[in-house]
Amino acid sequence: MSSVAANSLDPASAVLLEVRGVAKRFGTREVLRNISLTIAEGEFLTLLGESGSGKTTLLRLVAGFEEPTAGEIWMSGVRLDLLPPYQRRVNTVFQNYALFPHLSVRENVAYGLRVDEALRMVKMQEFAASRPSKLSGGQQQRVALARALVNRPLLLLLDEPLSALDANLRKQMQSELKALQREMGITFLFVTHDQEEAMALSDRIALMRDGALEQVATAREIYAHPATAYTARFIGQTNLLRGEILDGMARCGAIEWPSDDPGGAAIFSLRPEAIRLASDAVALPGTARFRAALQQQFFSGASELLEVNCSGQLLRVRISARGPLSGGHEFVFSTADAVRVQE
Amino acid sequence: MYSNAYKKLVSLPPLLWVGLFLLLPYALMLAHSFWAVRDGMLVRQPDLHNYVTLFSKPVYAAVLVRTMRIAAAVTLCSLLLGYPLAYYLSFHAGAPKELLYQLVIVPLWVSYLVRGYAWKTILGSEGVLNGFFEYLHLTHEPVAFLLYSPFAVVVMLTHIYTPFVFLPIYAALEHIPRTLVEASEDLGAGAAQTFLRVILPLSIPGLLAGATFAFVLSLGDFLAPLLVGGASSTMIANVVQSLFGAAYDRPLGSAISVGLVIITVSLLVLSERLEKRWRYQ
Repeated sequence: MSSVAANSLDPASAVLLEVRGVAKRFGTREVLRNISLTIAEGEFLTLLGESGSGKTTLLRLVAGFEEPTAGEIWMSGVRLDLLPPYQRRVNTVFQNYALFPHLSVRENVAYGLRVDEALRMVKMQEFAASRPSKLSGGQQQRVALARALVNRPLLLLLDEPLSALDANLRKQMQSELKALQREMGITFLFVTHDQEEAMALSDRIALMRDGALEQVATAREIYAHPATAYTARFIGQTNLLRGEILDGMARCGAIEWPSDDPGGAAIFSLRPEAIRLASDAVALPGTARFRAALQQQFFSGASELLEVNCSGQLLRVRISARGPLSGGHEFVFSTADAVRVQE
Repeated sequence: MYSNAYKKLVSLPPLLWVGLFLLLPYALMLAHSFWAVRDGMLVRQPDLHNYVTLFSKPVYAAVLVRTMRIAAAVTLCSLLLGYPLAYYLSFHAGAPKELLYQLVIVPLWVSYLVRGYAWKTILGSEGVLNGFFEYLHLTHEPVAFLLYSPFAVVVMLTHIYTPFVFLPIYAALEHIPRTLVEASEDLGAGAAQTFLRVILPLSIPGLLAGATFAFVLSLGDFLAPLLVGGASSTMIANVVQSLFGAAYDRPLGSAISVGLVIITVSLLVLSERLEKRWRYQ
C-alpha cells in the first residue's frame, strides 16, 4: 500500500513522534489495531476518520490519558507511553475546550505559565481577567489554544478543536491555526472527522477506519491516488466504477478503455472533475469516451455538478458553469485519472 | 393553556397548607414571644421582656454557645468523613460505585430513634465499646465520658448527618467534567495539585451545602442530648422543650425559637450567597 512509502514526509526532517504497533482494547472491544505512525518535527498531521474510527483514542494515548494495550510510543528518544501525562512535553486542545470555570482567562493560561506572551499570540490579552463563561465559543477556543501553547510543548494535540464553531468562524480559525503552527514551528497532531478541514490544514493525513490506518499520505497524494474505495469516497467526491480487466481492456458497464493492469475484478475511482463534456468527434489516445443522459444539474457558482446516467450507471461530473443542459451528451476522461483502488 | 379559575383552584390546597401549618404557627410563635405568663396565665400584653431575659441571663448564652460548638464539631467531623468518602466514590471507586452509593444512603431510611439507641448500647458503661476495651485489657473499669457527654452527642449527630454532608458533595464532584482533570494533568499538574487547584475549588458549593445541612440540623436537635447527652450537653432546643413543657413559659420558649429561626435563616442566606460566588457553570 502506498501508505508505507508516504509515511515519512521528508527524509531530511527528524522524526519527533513514533507510534510503534500500538493497540488499544476496552474490555473486549478493539478500538485500535496495530497502529504504526511517525510524525516529523514541525509537521501538521491530521488523524481523519468517522466517529468510532479510533482517532480520538489514539490522541488520548499520546496525551497519556489512556495506556496502550500493546505497542510503544516514542518522542525524541524517550519512551512516552510510560510517563504520566504531566511529565510529557505534549499539550492538548480539548474538544470542548476544558477551560477551568473557576479561574480567569489569565489564571487558566497561567496554569502552565508564561501567560502574557501566550495570550498575545492568540490576541486575547484584553480578556485576561474575564471568566471563561463570559467568552464566546471562538474566544474560549483561543484561550484553550493559549493555555496549551504556553508550555511550549514539542507536540500539540488538538481534538476536534473547531467542531463547536460555526462555519465562518471555523474557516477563520483554520487559517489562524495554520499560521500559528508555521510561526511557532510546533508539531501539530490534529483530530477531525471533517475531510475538507483535514485537506486544508494538514501536511499529511492519516485516515483511520475501524481502529486501523487506512492510508497515510499528503492531502494531494491521498486525493489523487486513494489506495482504497473507502478512502476515495471519504476524501472528496468520487465515482466508483466497478468492473473487470480482461485482455488488456478495463470494462465497467458501458465504459471501457485499454489498461495494462493485471487482469481480474477491479474498482476504479474517477473524480467528478476528471470527466469533461467531449468537444472532439474522435477519442484522443489515452482518453475514454462514453455517452450518458443528463438526469440532474446542480449549479454552484463557478462550477456545476451533473448527475448523468450511462446505460444504468450513475456518474457525477463536475464541469465549469456553462448554462442549462439536457438530453444525451458525450463525455470524456483521461484514463490516467481512473485510479484503480482496493475494496 | 389553563384557565385562571383552574389555576386558582389547584393552587388553593398548597396555599392553605402552607398558611395553616407554616405561616400561622410562625405568627403565633412570634406573637407569643412578646407576651408573658403571670400566675400560670398567659398575658397578651406585648413587650420585650422575654428578649431582655435572654440577653441578661448568662445561662441562655452559655447553652447557645455550647449548642453552636457541638454543631460546629458535628459539621467538621461530618465533612472530614463525608468529603473523602464522596471523593473516593466519585473519582476512584470504579464499578462498585453504585452499590457503595446505596450503602451510604441506606442508614437514612433507618429511624433516627433506632440509631440513637444503637449509640446508647455502643457507648454505655455496659456497652459494646467498653466491653471491647476491657476485653483487650486497655481499661479495667468503664470509661465514663463515652456516654452522657457532649462527645456522645457529637458522635451520634456526626453518624446521622454524614450522609447529608456526603450527598451534596458527591453531587458536586460528579458534576466536575473529567476533561478538566485531564486538562490539569496535561498542563503539568500531578494528582495533589489537580485536587487542590481544580477539584476542591469546583466542589465548594457542594461542601458549603453539606456543611449548612449538618450545622443547621444539629443546631435544632434535641433528641441526641436526651438520648446520649445527659445534663452536661443540654442544647438550646432542650431548653425550648422544657420551657414549653414543665416550666410552662411558652412566651420565653417562643422568644428563643424566634432567635433560632433568625440564626438559621441568616446562615442559610449566607451559605446561599457563598455558594453562588463559587458556582461557575
